[in-house]
Amino acid sequence: MPIPNAPLSPRAPGDVRVRAARPSDLPAAVALDAEDTGEAKPAYWKARYQWYAGRHPDRFFLVAERRGKVLGFIVGEVRAWEFGSPPAGWVFAIHVKRDGRQHGLGTVLFDAICERFRRAGAQHVRTMVAKDAPLILSFFRSLGMMAGPFMQLERRLAP
Amino acid sequence: MRLQIATRIALYAILDLASGPGPQLSSGEIAARFGISVNHLSKVLAVLVRAGLVESLRGAGGGYRFRGNARRVTLLEVIRLFEDVDPGTRTDGDAASSSPEGRALRRVLDEIDDIARATLGSITLATLLKLVEEQAGAAPTREPRRRGMPGRA
Repeated sequence: MPIPNAPLSPRAPGDVRVRAARPSDLPAAVALDAEDTGEAKPAYWKARYQWYAGRHPDRFFLVAERRGKVLGFIVGEVRAWEFGSPPAGWVFAIHVKRDGRQHGLGTVLFDAICERFRRAGAQHVRTMVAKDAPLILSFFRSLGMMAGPFMQLERRLAP
Repeated sequence: MRLQIATRIALYAILDLASGPGPQLSSGEIAARFGISVNHLSKVLAVLVRAGLVESLRGAGGGYRFRGNARRVTLLEVIRLFEDVDPGTRTDGDAASSSPEGRALRRVLDEIDDIARATLGSITLATLLKLVEEQAGAAPTREPRRRGMPGRA
């Protein structure tokens, strides 16, 4: 039986701790997202929190904190049989405070959610990144992620 | 996708130079490791020096030293020094390429090039060095010069 959001001992730099998000973390999550995207979306993140941080064994909303201050967060879930795929962990969002980057925080968050994906029965972790976002692409590449067995396709819908 | 020989030599050389802290390497040492011509390598290194990615040290014990950030320099940046991989700069060189069939084919080929650029632009020297380590561990073919990793993301 998987134990979602259970305390782990991640390879945290310094005294960084990874734990399940709490409602009180939402303002920090909104601010971290706004730092990257330039737009604060409190209603959106509240809905995402309710979806990912509840008592579901395969959904995860984790934060990295140091001395009570949230420095980053990661969100994901295990999804099965979509597109014919066996259970796989999907990383849906990751944000690290700009002045806290280059210190392994993103890696710690990624490792922590991967451990939870493993506990939930996944054998692979996936994500989707814009081709014109080289920094985040490079980050995932540095963690050993490569092109997977699926190709994302799309077309414009006629008005 | 195939890379030209000068591009491949440049990538081998810069990976060797960026593979960890340590003394500079001579072109002879790099050439010997990869079984390539010193003359050809020297021309390639001159391009890397002009681009500011490699430093040339003169005098006794001189050689070449990597001077970029291995966690930021991507394969695409190095490749662009030696060949044109950007969109809209390549012509197919035949009259039919401007026909609807030629343009449709170009659209598909451009999609492939776009994916290739995104891939090469996302892999840093540090990431490729991790893959080198994996390959060396899986099937050791030669002794690595040094094994220091440039750091974590």
